[in-house]
Amino acid sequence: MNKLILTAAALALGAGAALADSHSVVRMGTEGAYPPWNFINDNGEVDGFERELGDELCKRAELTCEWVTNDWDSIIPNLVSGNYDTIIAGMSVTDERDEVIDFTEQYTLPDPSGFVVLAGAMLMQESGVIAAQTGTIQAAYVASTDWTLVEFATPEETIAAVRNGEADAVLADTSYLAPIAADDDTLDLLDQRILIGGGVGMGVRESDTELKAKFDAAIMSMKSDGTLNALITKWEIGETF
Amino acid sequence: MFSYCTDPSALSGLTWLSCYLTTGKHMAFYASFGTVLLLLAITAPVALSFGFFGAMAARSRLLPLSWFGKAYISLVRGVPDIAFFLFFVIALDQAFEWLRHQVKCPDWDAPIRQGNDFVVCQAAKLPLGNAPQWVHETYGFSLAVLTFAIVFGAFAANVLFGAMRAVPRGQMETGEAYGMSHRQTFWRILVPQMWVYALPGLSNLWMVLIKATPLLFLLGVEDIVYWAREMGGSKTPRFTDYPHGDWRMWYFAALLVFYLAFTKVSEIFLERLMKRLSHGQATTGGEAQRKAPV
Repeated sequence: MNKLILTAAALALGAGAALADSHSVVRMGTEGAYPPWNFINDNGEVDGFERELGDELCKRAELTCEWVTNDWDSIIPNLVSGNYDTIIAGMSVTDERDEVIDFTEQYTLPDPSGFVVLAGAMLMQESGVIAAQTGTIQAAYVASTDWTLVEFATPEETIAAVRNGEADAVLADTSYLAPIAADDDTLDLLDQRILIGGGVGMGVRESDTELKAKFDAAIMSMKSDGTLNALITKWEIGETF
Repeated sequence: MFSYCTDPSALSGLTWLSCYLTTGKHMAFYASFGTVLLLLAITAPVALSFGFFGAMAARSRLLPLSWFGKAYISLVRGVPDIAFFLFFVIALDQAFEWLRHQVKCPDWDAPIRQGNDFVVCQAAKLPLGNAPQWVHETYGFSLAVLTFAIVFGAFAANVLFGAMRAVPRGQMETGEAYGMSHRQTFWRILVPQMWVYALPGLSNLWMVLIKATPLLFLLGVEDIVYWAREMGGSKTPRFTDYPHGDWRMWYFAALLVFYLAFTKVSEIFLERLMKRLSHGQATTGGEAQRKAPV
């Protein structure tokens, strides 16, 4: 114990001596539970569309990046208090979020939300129970309708709720639902789409204008040379620019 | 891990399972059991010492010290754990950074609170922004230990405070009659005897602490419940070599076995400890031991 405290104290003090320029390491915060956007692969590493995108952006912006996973629930508070420097977790740009943090240039077009139901089931337009992940644009949308909203902490649990009958349908990004419905005969993705929210951008602290500018430039350069579109197609994220 | 694991889709049965259970992800899962055990091993003695000093402060004859001890006990006991974990850790982290900021960057003129953001100079960051991931993890883990110790220390303080008062007054008077000072009676008579009264309460606390470890993920430490939830979730073949359905039940069943086995072992150990502590004590347990045929 003492050794651990001492090591921690030594690190805290000693590290201060090695003063580095700002952001020599950029910590990229993600959820790691939202394939194909971001997920943990078999080796226990962050993988997916945003992993590839983020690594490429860091290369272009000449930054050293490190990946960190964090619960979706507390992903904004932990950015604001400085535990990591960016949120790159399929987060749609909304006005509410924009008041608290800043977003970079959007790297995907708005992805229409879709419904997944049990195979053969219909969606009740008036009185249905809809599952959505807490703190998402979909949850906010369902809450504003006549449907009953049930919220879950992870996207995985929203699907499980439909499987076990707790909810009639789940509302989420189509890019997330499509591979799940395609591999599972008991689930259907309905044709109905709802367009909520804007495209997806990286979240940064409002005071971090320098970092935001670097990523903006990198995203613009990936947009203009077509590499971003190639990534979007590869991971089946949705429409290309 | 094994040489035959290159194409898991061609495998089945036990061979598939042996590959599945040895992926890098599962290794992280197994390692997280170590994290939980390490946390318990460190937190329990630290919390106990927090509790001991809390109880000592609460029964101090110095009024301010006694107020401090009592305030600590009732404040922390009164706040829900989860609120404490969410608020306190961020506050603690910011307090450390603020202190370092004052020392290291005296000529910083921008405000520290900019709207929602908490901005200190780079040199005051804790851990430094460019520190490797393991430093961040160790730091998060230390914050977790400290928070757990403060929360459980308050409960332990209350238990010990009660235990100190439960030691028969006659024992202390005897000590005083032998000419011992207040300090001597405290350390030689009260402290050795109080444990038998404290143990039932402390063992309860230990059990609660074992089950409170999933709160770790709130602090960014990836514990066994996080991994079980992550790995039990259904996996589609596009994103993994080992697709499967919703297996959370099996993973949580494994956790259930782990927690039950761990609490059972603790119970056996605590029971033995109780027997030892009761020896020669003026309690029913001690009395029963005295009367038992040898």
